Amino acid sequence: MEVDIHGAPIYFEIPIFGGIPITGTLVVTWGVMIVLTALCAWMTHGMKVRDISKKQAVAEKIYEMLNNLVRNNMGEKWMGYLPLVTAIFGLSVCSSLSSLLGLWAPTADVNTELAWALVVFILITRHKIKGHGLKGYLKGYLDPIFVMAPFNVLGEIFTPISMAFRHFGNIVSGYVISALIYAALIAANHALFRLLPGLVGSLLAEIPILGVGIPAVFSLYFDWFGSFIQAFIFCMLTMIFISTAED
Amino acid sequence: MERAIVLMGCAIGAGLALIAGIGPGIGEGYAAGKTVESIARQPEMKGELTSTMILGIALSETTGIYGFVTGLLLMFVCPRMFLGML
Repeated sequence: MEVDIHGAPIYFEIPIFGGIPITGTLVVTWGVMIVLTALCAWMTHGMKVRDISKKQAVAEKIYEMLNNLVRNNMGEKWMGYLPLVTAIFGLSVCSSLSSLLGLWAPTADVNTELAWALVVFILITRHKIKGHGLKGYLKGYLDPIFVMAPFNVLGEIFTPISMAFRHFGNIVSGYVISALIYAALIAANHALFRLLPGLVGSLLAEIPILGVGIPAVFSLYFDWFGSFIQAFIFCMLTMIFISTAED
Repeated sequence: MERAIVLMGCAIGAGLALIAGIGPGIGEGYAAGKTVESIARQPEMKGELTSTMILGIALSETTGIYGFVTGLLLMFVCPRMFLGML
């Protein structure tokens, strides 16, 4: 039984600063970004007020949904964060779903999520300083007494780490389990069709019949459900953390 | 000999790390059960309750995911690292 579980594939290295590797994560992320930008440009092209086209209806529906999500969770005052939340949501969903096309999913690399989580962490800190002043922000670490300072610092550091690892772990567990199921199905196929006598059995054993439809059922859960839920949760936490940072 | 001990330690550790799956299993089952109770009491709230439940379940799954990531590190990263130290 052969199981193929690997990290991001490295395509080539830029020979400066001791070699900067260009990984599958980078390539697919740029691809997803180009596709998303093109999709946005195409869907919002030639918008009308009366008898709208189908693509405009879809674009309006998506915008309405995300708009309501941000308004309900952050409030009218924070509508400036709609682009950030929308961008993270779209990038996360499309990155995770790119594994359906046989590409390397960028969200199965922890660096992607860590970058998003760091952006959110910087925004949280900015709003904390804005809300309490620099002195009040630093004083917040000594809350309730000064002995708690190390724990407060740890808690602060673990906000982005837990956000990143939650998303990463869910996607990569789906990837590992899919690989294991596929390998097991191929092995079962071998063992099953070997039982048939003669040339027919050995011929059928080489064709992975069991590996055709069954992994798709698992992919329905791990790829579709998992990627939407994780993108939604990442955005939800982003919105909640940012909007509660000032008070 | 040292090689065998290092590999054995990593494998046993990875197995132990996945015990972390027990906690989220119990917690998520409890959340789902409570949601069923609530839906039985107020069926018209079903949509909102379900989405809140899924959010809560996914949040509480984090601890299990930490265990899984630790297991992955022990399986794929640590053996090479520790064998390099020998």
